[in-house]
Amino acid sequence: MSILVTSNTKVLVQGITGSFGAKHAQLSIDYGTQVVAGVTPGKGGQFFEHGGKKVPIFDTVADAVKQTGATASAIFVPPPFAADAILEGADAGLELVVAITEGIPVRDMVRVKRAMEGNTKTRLIGPNCPGVVTPGEGKDSHGGCRIGIAPGYIHKKGNIGVVSRSGTLTYEAVWQLTSRGVGQSTCVGIGGDPVNGTSHLDVIKLFNDDPETHGIIMIGEIGGSAEEEAAEWIKKHCKKPVAGFIAGATAPPGRRMGHAGAIVSGGKGTAEAKIAAFKAAGIGIAVTPSEMADTLLKMM
Amino acid sequence: MVFNSSLDFAMNIHEYQAKQLLARYGVAVPLEIPAKSLAEVRPAADKIVASGSSRVVVKSQIHAGGRGKGTFKSGFQGGVKVAGSVDEAVSFAEKMLGNVLVTKQTGTEGRKVQTLLISEGCKIKKEFYLAVLLDRANSRPLIMASTEGGMDIEEVAEKFPEKIFKESIDPAVGIMPFQARKISAALGLKGDLFNAGVKLITGVYNTWWECDASMVELNPLAVVELRDGKETVMALDAKISLDDNALYRHKDILEMRDLNEEAPLEIEASKFSLNYIKLDGSIACLVNGAGLAMATMDIIQHCGSSPANFLDVGGGASKEQVTAAFKIILSDPNVKGILVNIFGGIMDCNVIATGIVAAVKETGLKLPLVVRLEGNNVVAGKKTLAESGVAIITGDSMADAAQKIVKAVSK
Repeated sequence: MSILVTSNTKVLVQGITGSFGAKHAQLSIDYGTQVVAGVTPGKGGQFFEHGGKKVPIFDTVADAVKQTGATASAIFVPPPFAADAILEGADAGLELVVAITEGIPVRDMVRVKRAMEGNTKTRLIGPNCPGVVTPGEGKDSHGGCRIGIAPGYIHKKGNIGVVSRSGTLTYEAVWQLTSRGVGQSTCVGIGGDPVNGTSHLDVIKLFNDDPETHGIIMIGEIGGSAEEEAAEWIKKHCKKPVAGFIAGATAPPGRRMGHAGAIVSGGKGTAEAKIAAFKAAGIGIAVTPSEMADTLLKMM
Repeated sequence: MVFNSSLDFAMNIHEYQAKQLLARYGVAVPLEIPAKSLAEVRPAADKIVASGSSRVVVKSQIHAGGRGKGTFKSGFQGGVKVAGSVDEAVSFAEKMLGNVLVTKQTGTEGRKVQTLLISEGCKIKKEFYLAVLLDRANSRPLIMASTEGGMDIEEVAEKFPEKIFKESIDPAVGIMPFQARKISAALGLKGDLFNAGVKLITGVYNTWWECDASMVELNPLAVVELRDGKETVMALDAKISLDDNALYRHKDILEMRDLNEEAPLEIEASKFSLNYIKLDGSIACLVNGAGLAMATMDIIQHCGSSPANFLDVGGGASKEQVTAAFKIILSDPNVKGILVNIFGGIMDCNVIATGIVAAVKETGLKLPLVVRLEGNNVVAGKKTLAESGVAIITGDSMADAAQKIVKAVSK
């Protein structure tokens, strides 16, 4: 197994006719992901064609779900329309909505979070995230489920779960594992924004319950306290080895490091505090980002 | 709970602009007039005096705190001065306008004062603190208030947490009148002042929400005695920072952006969709992705040196971007070497390698350069670097690359 998605998950793409959405829909199809529908308001009835596949386009997510049985969505729509797209996915009863879009106003996400409170059916991942990959059995992990923008071929099917706020740092960890012959159950990028749908802790709980996940790499960064909360839970409940890395130890306080959420302010959210919380929870610390995979493998 | 009281969180605006926004939502502010030249100071001060104020306050407008206790590079003390006459106000203005003010928040380089705020003098009876920000713990707006106004609020939070009153706002309904009443009561306001407090607190919250602010902070919010002897509450100082991502829907606020307050290199970088932040170290880095860029800075420090910058080239890294990035990096005189760390997941490493070689040639780079490439078509990319005839050291992993650049620079 895996978490969140499997090779059989039927995926729709919101914003499939935009250049960004189209490019990554093509890459997902090439990877062997079950891309069953696209949604672009006003283009319902048309088709998205790639590699001999004809993917039907719908005006609404509700229609797409009804006609194709899609249960997961990748959102590539521009920031001003992203909050609407997320809530449309939730309204259509999707199990998983992955918002790739970067640059959504915080106020929009505050409203989305509030509107989704108490919604136990739909899980939101992101926004501003690389998405989710469950590697497949084929060559270069072909045949897996790729929702988002991660490079598929760096993965390998296996038993390590990876969760991170950052895209390229996730790829770095995945590549370190794969080049050591170690595969992954599922890799999840939760995004670098201050308001997001799924936290480190949410993903850690899923990995803990997944029998196919034997070890976990958790990558955090400065800002907020999500890593500390995850560490606290791991200390009490996690049955599996966890290795961690925190990016941003050298970032000066008060400066926002690229990700809107990556900022140390008022002495809160420092790398030191997060590393201390990891240590207290028995999480293996990768002292440098080059040692993420080795740190975990030594624990297993 | 996190304070977002940093200088660089999102787009900042000046005090006088913040008060203009607050006034739109019914927040009481003193009578005050911005002046961008000396010629504008005297008529502004005349108006203040004509309104009945015996004193004229001259306030330097820069995006940094600690102005009152700051020192001008000329030696003149104080970025905020209280004048007893129009002539005195003009003489203060002459010493401030166009001069560089150094405060505890500006760094030693200071900031040039290009605007003054000419304000009425208020008789302050009490000072409070009031702020609205995002509570990351529950993704809801949070109002914070304290009776300890005029102080460093982070210090208050640490030493007297019981003196900070917090009220979480449900974004589905916005601030309810009872919540504003709770805060007004917590500040100890009574009678007419209590009601004035409710109106002001509601206005401050609405400013935060409607303007897509990251933070609105009044320090101090004050009870002042008016010239007729009555008391009221006013925003005496205000700081607002705004969510960059929402500025597309606030054209009027976007016009308040003051490029004089931003680092020139960072403005230049933003023209090429580069996210650059200058730091104090000697090894420059050029990386794709914010997380990897932070991690690259960390590993440079781990190897015994220090990063000269944060630089995220994003998902692209075209020749134009890499060349622009090199030029920006090289305009920092502290830079002794460059580390390029690219994980080309989707993009072709050979395209990036070609871009790096072209950028090195165009900029005539003389400093040591270590490139670590990984990902799509990496073999061809490394071949391009090796056969370019340009002095490029290649690194196999992040650790290897970081060790090599630190070693090359220390030679």
